[in-house]
Amino acid sequence: MRRLLINKIILTLSTISALIGLAFLAWILVTLFVKGLSSFHFSLFVNDLIDNGLRNLIVGQFILAGMASVIGIPLGMVAGIYIREYGQGRYANLIRNLSDIMMSAPSIVIGAFVYAIIVVPTGHTSGFAGSIALAIMMIPIVISTTDSMLSLVPKELREAGIALGASKYKVIFDIVIKSAKVGIMTGILLAFARIVGETAPLLFTSQTSNYFTLDLTHAFPSLSVSIYDLASDVQTSSRDLAWAASFILTVMVLVINLTGKFITRNKK
Amino acid sequence: MPVMNIKKFSFTYPGVSDPSLKNITLPIKKNKITALIGPSGCGKSTLLRSMNRIHDLYPGNKYEGKIDLLDFESGKYKNILDIKKENEFIKLRQQVGMIFQKPTPFPMSIFDNVAYGLKIDGIKNKSELSDRVEAALKGSALWSEVSDRLGKSAMGLSGGQQQRLCIARAVAVKPEVLLFDEPTSALDPISTAAIEELIVELRNDISIAIVTHNMQQASRISDYTAFMYLGDLVEYDKTENIFLNPKEKRTEDYITGRFG
Repeated sequence: MRRLLINKIILTLSTISALIGLAFLAWILVTLFVKGLSSFHFSLFVNDLIDNGLRNLIVGQFILAGMASVIGIPLGMVAGIYIREYGQGRYANLIRNLSDIMMSAPSIVIGAFVYAIIVVPTGHTSGFAGSIALAIMMIPIVISTTDSMLSLVPKELREAGIALGASKYKVIFDIVIKSAKVGIMTGILLAFARIVGETAPLLFTSQTSNYFTLDLTHAFPSLSVSIYDLASDVQTSSRDLAWAASFILTVMVLVINLTGKFITRNKK
Repeated sequence: MPVMNIKKFSFTYPGVSDPSLKNITLPIKKNKITALIGPSGCGKSTLLRSMNRIHDLYPGNKYEGKIDLLDFESGKYKNILDIKKENEFIKLRQQVGMIFQKPTPFPMSIFDNVAYGLKIDGIKNKSELSDRVEAALKGSALWSEVSDRLGKSAMGLSGGQQQRLCIARAVAVKPEVLLFDEPTSALDPISTAAIEELIVELRNDISIAIVTHNMQQASRISDYTAFMYLGDLVEYDKTENIFLNPKEKRTEDYITGRFG
């Protein structure tokens, strides 16, 4: 009897906790959708911020995240391959631990770091500085996914490759990475989703711009930084625009996340 | 004539003080099937994995003694424990192939799986590749089942088919010796029978060493049997002698099921 009672209590408690968590998530999403949709208009995708649109910001955000991916994905993947396949003992573990610590580093600290090493010496904010800050955020995530996805590849598969006379690098590139491909791709997509909505690393590295530009050597339009600016503006119209921008950013991140989940599910 | 001669061989894993194999002397005879039997942890897999030095994937192992492999081209024996260079390892593994407990199809098409070892061997000519792949698949009794879907992923095959594919892949590079590490323990009885039949047939071209937990399997397919216990080779003889007329008390106890 007593065990059954405890069982029921635990079940009720955990259900309530889960519901509370979900309720807040739903609340955020509903607020965002209601406020965002009421100020949403398709002209937002045509005009730049200077004309009360968001086109330059959306394009800019993707360019910043894309540049960060160009830097971060290869570096992170190669490092992940190193610590799982080549590194042995302490050294690989040290890198793995450092990378885990980096993953939980506050993003504002990364922004401050890039500000100190790039923005201050060059004298102004730039798209490059923003991309680098995002890349620094991305690298540990990519390292960790690559590492854990490679660890899921059974060692027999590696041995089977070696037993056919393949050299180690051939086994890694022909066999191991191929079998971990879907997992690594999903991880990279989630890492991209993670950085595409970041504000703090961009706040004083790329800043933002009201105009459309592709010039990465100067202040660069960023959706997330502009949301921050617009939301603290005195004008109601600016705050409405911030809601619309938040809505668009959330939808973008959601779509990327769901794509990642969809790829993994399809594989199984 | 033995294709492989293991002489006073001892093996120690890294970080362990006691050797896992002690002073093993054992021939692997040409075009015969040699079964290694014994209870779990007796060292039979460790011995098998020394024969192509797959252990070297994980550094720090200690080898003592000799494992002489007959090189068919030169007709001379060569101690494989002396191998240090990458290209010599590649050659060793082309001479001594291996099949694992779980089927290990590579994440590529059926054709590419079988062609993988051939491509490493430097064969680029397309018609030669497809001839050799076809021959290997026929030799592994898989051709009739897969000939119409060679371009499809090997992951879609059944477990038994995957294991025969792995055998085809190993046979394609024409090894002298093929090592089987409990090749049927993850398979159903029908697939097991197919693999056993295949192993017996392969004996005509290849010398075989097989580790098995299954004593019936050893008695069914092998010509010679080695019984190992706690890192020692207790007894090695013709299979019928081991099973019908063992000389050692421990062998008799094991095969009659008194321990194991």
